[in-house]
Amino acid sequence: MLAVQGLAVRFGGVTALESVSFEVRPGSITSVIGPNGAGKTTAFNAITGYLRPSGGRITYDGVSLAGLRPSAIARRGIVRTFQKTSVFPALTVEDNVLTGLHLRGTAGFFAVLAGRGRLIAEERALAAQAAAIVEFVGLTRRRRETAGALPYGEQRLVELAVALAARPRLLLLDEPGAGMSPAEKIVVSGLIRRVREQGVSVLLVEHDMRMVMGISDTVIVLSGGRVIAEGAPAAIQAHPDVIRAYLGGSAGSA
Amino acid sequence: MTRAGGWLVVVAALTLPLWLRSPYHVHVAIMAGIFAVLAMSLNLLLGYTGQLSLGHAAFFGIGAYTSALLTLKLEWSFWPALAAAVGLAGAAGFLIGRLALKLRGAYFVLVTISFAGVISLVSINGIELTNGPLGLPGVPAPELGPWTLRTKTAYYYLVLAAVALSYLVCRRLVRSRIGRALVALRENEPLAESVGVDATHYLVLAAVVSAALAGLGGSLYAHYTRFVSPEVFLFTYTVTMVIMVVAGGKGTLSGPLVGAVLFTVLPEALRAAASWQWQMLSYGVLLVLLVFFLPRGIVPKLAAAFPGRR
Amino acid sequence: MAELLQHLLNGLVLGGTYALLGIGLTLIFGLMNVVNFAHGEFYTLGAYVSFAALALAGVDFFAALAAAIAAGAALGWLCEIALLRPLRNESIDTTMLVMIGVWIAMQNAELLGWGGVAKSIPHPFPTAPLVLGPVAIAPLRLFVLVLAAGLIAASWLLIQKTKLGRAMRATFQDRDTAALMGVSIGRIHSATFAFGSGLAAAAGALLGPIFLVYPSMGDLASLKAFSVVILGGLGSLAGATLGGLLLGIAEELGAGYVSSGYRDAVGFVIIILVLLLRPSGLFARQERIA
Repeated sequence: MLAVQGLAVRFGGVTALESVSFEVRPGSITSVIGPNGAGKTTAFNAITGYLRPSGGRITYDGVSLAGLRPSAIARRGIVRTFQKTSVFPALTVEDNVLTGLHLRGTAGFFAVLAGRGRLIAEERALAAQAAAIVEFVGLTRRRRETAGALPYGEQRLVELAVALAARPRLLLLDEPGAGMSPAEKIVVSGLIRRVREQGVSVLLVEHDMRMVMGISDTVIVLSGGRVIAEGAPAAIQAHPDVIRAYLGGSAGSA
Repeated sequence: MTRAGGWLVVVAALTLPLWLRSPYHVHVAIMAGIFAVLAMSLNLLLGYTGQLSLGHAAFFGIGAYTSALLTLKLEWSFWPALAAAVGLAGAAGFLIGRLALKLRGAYFVLVTISFAGVISLVSINGIELTNGPLGLPGVPAPELGPWTLRTKTAYYYLVLAAVALSYLVCRRLVRSRIGRALVALRENEPLAESVGVDATHYLVLAAVVSAALAGLGGSLYAHYTRFVSPEVFLFTYTVTMVIMVVAGGKGTLSGPLVGAVLFTVLPEALRAAASWQWQMLSYGVLLVLLVFFLPRGIVPKLAAAFPGRR
Repeated sequence: MAELLQHLLNGLVLGGTYALLGIGLTLIFGLMNVVNFAHGEFYTLGAYVSFAALALAGVDFFAALAAAIAAGAALGWLCEIALLRPLRNESIDTTMLVMIGVWIAMQNAELLGWGGVAKSIPHPFPTAPLVLGPVAIAPLRLFVLVLAAGLIAASWLLIQKTKLGRAMRATFQDRDTAALMGVSIGRIHSATFAFGSGLAAAAGALLGPIFLVYPSMGDLASLKAFSVVILGGLGSLAGATLGGLLLGIAEELGAGYVSSGYRDAVGFVIIILVLLLRPSGLFARQERIA
């Protein structure tokens, strides 16, 4: 589904990623782990069009994603979340998700200016879809509250809801468990599994090993801008290079 | 504002000339209407996308000059000239949008100012076209079928129609998927992009509509004052528009209307008491005070005090 | 050829003062991330203070220049403390609006205080131009050129050699680290704004006697300052100096060979072209500032 070949990202003198290659198979949950500064978020940024790679190829269903802006990539079905909590802070939870449903709407400029009946019907349908998604992440009782005022864990759920609203076929989650309590992480893990059950492939970056090993089909390990291991969770846990990367040079986290 | 209040305003606006005492007052109402269109146009950009255009006078001026030149030199009738003015201003908005909306924040502002500066210089120096600083006098009044709209009252209704049209356009846009996209871009652009909102497309759209509405205001102004000169590009017009939007409430639908009425009526009312320099001085001070004490403007403050529909 | 040299020389005189404007703004915009639309008003202030000193108080040129710089720096310092510091954590749009307010207020205050009629600043120099080979230059302009060069050099020295300058550079490169190293960011901001405004005032005092002094002279000065900053790169002193000189020369050449009516357009065109063609190539930060 998603194929990354030889991805390289360099800024000035710094090489963030060098010759990174991996694949995401349809219907799988793939995790990318690695010590801080290994380049995980950089890889996300390159895949989703927020960064131009210095080298390599990224293809989705065989078609190259080179040069596409993030909204075009989203239109192809790849949606990402951000490492720092990213919601529309001044909007309500409902409106956040409604905004996420942008691609599901069809109203263009002239339709908006002219239209009455068809527009109202579409808006009503979108509102219903938004309610369903808010329900899915368990925030129905918060749906009229301002997103920016919610506690951290719930904001991250809003973020997930917004991403889901965009109907991804491939969902990229950047540290979905960061800053969450163990209970919240269980909720998130459950949501990720349910998302996969609905046919969405997931690629996530995460530091929490238990979370990663618990839900992943495949684990990819990045260190120093390179892939140093790829495989099933059990194999990775025992992999000597991985252990060295975490306990060796750079500061790791478990 | 409740539905009843809204209808009250509509009725008042429709019957205004009947209970104003003199043509001078109708004149003030007309100017308020023209500025309302301009303020709404600026609000679309500043209030909903968050990008500040300080070159809006350029679109206003393009609209005014286009309309004036077409009716004066090519003897077009008013309505096609109006359409051309709106179209050309919108095209200029498209140009600026496409070119400048790779930029954000201060750099976008600078490009808009520079664009207005260049257009202004063209109007001053391009004597064969624009008659330079002397301007274009004798711009004809609009005709509606067999009648010519020469009286202030007639013109008032024309302007009122334009205000209503502009308001409806803005309202439809803002309360739609397009409006959501614009607000999303203002609130968190990377997030908006990640769910498929194409920033360039929507910002350019906002720029085009915004510029087109400003062009509408320009044409109305030209055919009302019957005279167009490079003075339309004066920064004071842009400043006034900004104050109207910021004081009224940017990002609200009625904010610009309130701001336009306030800052057309107030200066006229205070004209006896203070020269326009004092007024402009107080505008400057007011802008600073607004930023500190009333950053969201008057309408949101009132809405909070009297909860109801906006 | 002589004509070209003459234009170049005139351009240098103009450019020297544009460089002063640009250096001040590049520091303010670059270091404080404030879009200072009032920059031109400090230029105007300098011109009017100089006028007051020379025409009304009858002091000599240097004293007038010093008074102008002092006035600009003092008012700039006040602006920063009263208006910008409380808004430090607000978005750039907010500070932009505030500075627009200051711009309008200052200009109309000057209009009210001095009237709209342009004033001419008296100067002690003979009007007969000095002939230097193929070119001629009025003594006043030569004097202005020399002073501008001196002020530019002094600015460089301040930024490169003094403790304050080092602190300013450190804050520009990495504010958080600078703060951790004990730099008082607030004081650096005040100093930067005062310094930049003082330079703008100096430019006004220098150009005032050459041209006329009127309340709206600052509008173009602001935009030209932005033009210089954009051309030379945000936060770059060398860029602002070079950019200022280039703008001055470009204007003179444009006015001489193309059309004098459009001379002010040169700055606008520079802004538009540079921002559209090479926006990210010219400065360290991304174009998205907010």
